Amino acid sequence: MHEMGIAQELVKIAIDSIPDDIENPKVEILNLKIGKLASVVEHSLTFCFEIIAKDTPLEDARLDIDFVPVTVHCKSCNNGWELTGPVFKCPFCEDGDVEMLTGREIEITSLELAD
Amino acid sequence: MEINIQKKVLEANETQADINRQFFKKHNTFVLNMMSSPGSGKTETLCRTLGKLMPGIRVGVIVGDICTTNDADRLEVTGARVTQINTDKFGGDCHLAANLILDSAQRLGCGDLDLLIVENIGNLVCPAEFDIGEDARVVVLSVTEGEDKPLKYPLMFRVADVAILNKIDLLPYLDFDAGLAVDNMKKVHPRLPVFEISAKTEEGFEPWLEWLKINVFEKTGTGL
Ligand SMILES: [Zn+2]
Repeated sequence: MHEMGIAQELVKIAIDSIPDDIENPKVEILNLKIGKLASVVEHSLTFCFEIIAKDTPLEDARLDIDFVPVTVHCKSCNNGWELTGPVFKCPFCEDGDVEMLTGREIEITSLELAD
Repeated sequence: MEINIQKKVLEANETQADINRQFFKKHNTFVLNMMSSPGSGKTETLCRTLGKLMPGIRVGVIVGDICTTNDADRLEVTGARVTQINTDKFGGDCHLAANLILDSAQRLGCGDLDLLIVENIGNLVCPAEFDIGEDARVVVLSVTEGEDKPLKYPLMFRVADVAILNKIDLLPYLDFDAGLAVDNMKKVHPRLPVFEISAKTEEGFEPWLEWLKINVFEKTGTGL
């Protein structure tokens, strides 16, 4: 379950991003961007995050996840489209060299502090 | 108050992977990340591959599969230098991260190795997400698994540079459609080279060894 490692990094990066001059910071929401093809299971991540965030400024923070669709581009025929399944074959030229543009993200976009 | 961050969560691993790449480049060592689900015959494939490559090509192996303490012994018999990673003590047991690889490579003494093979943990999910600074990734699937595995684990087959379909000697006894399995791999990764082999009988081994040798020699700069 590598969600534990991801949760650890989340908390580390979030704490490093809080300015030092804020006293007793309390994070309410952690905004994430996760690609639909990234190997992250939401409930595992939430579960691990709760464990890691305990006794930190992120305790009780909510993970707000924006799931990024898988978009691809065919280098052979220059068409682009959104993938709804695991099939990367180009529907236009059948043979194309298809590259993934989005869908593998595991990113922290921002955090929201309580007033 | 909202604080903008915009950071990749696995950035620390990616940075370490780049450091590893520099290290391996300096030593002219080709690094192969070998991934599979449990029971694909990955260790057997590795053993036979080492047997064919050694001693002409000097190979080191990092074994990350925690449930198989005998594996290291089997691999050492081939003359390869072997080191084992016990991922347990690092708090995770589903993949090898880049920091573990550099430590192990230094322990092996990479200086005179042409090829370093990393036998990753047996699962098709987590290792796909972690760059270890390798030159190529191979995924091993066996005919005792489902033909639809590439569709169930698309990221693994996307990130792979080459795939092995193992245990083809069992095909006459199984209701497994090898053509369909290869088709499914190519649906996920249209230009993926697939080697259909039997590690047990060494059927189909030549093209696989050829691919590996060409890649190793390209990196080490020595001739065939
Ligand atoms: Zn196309």
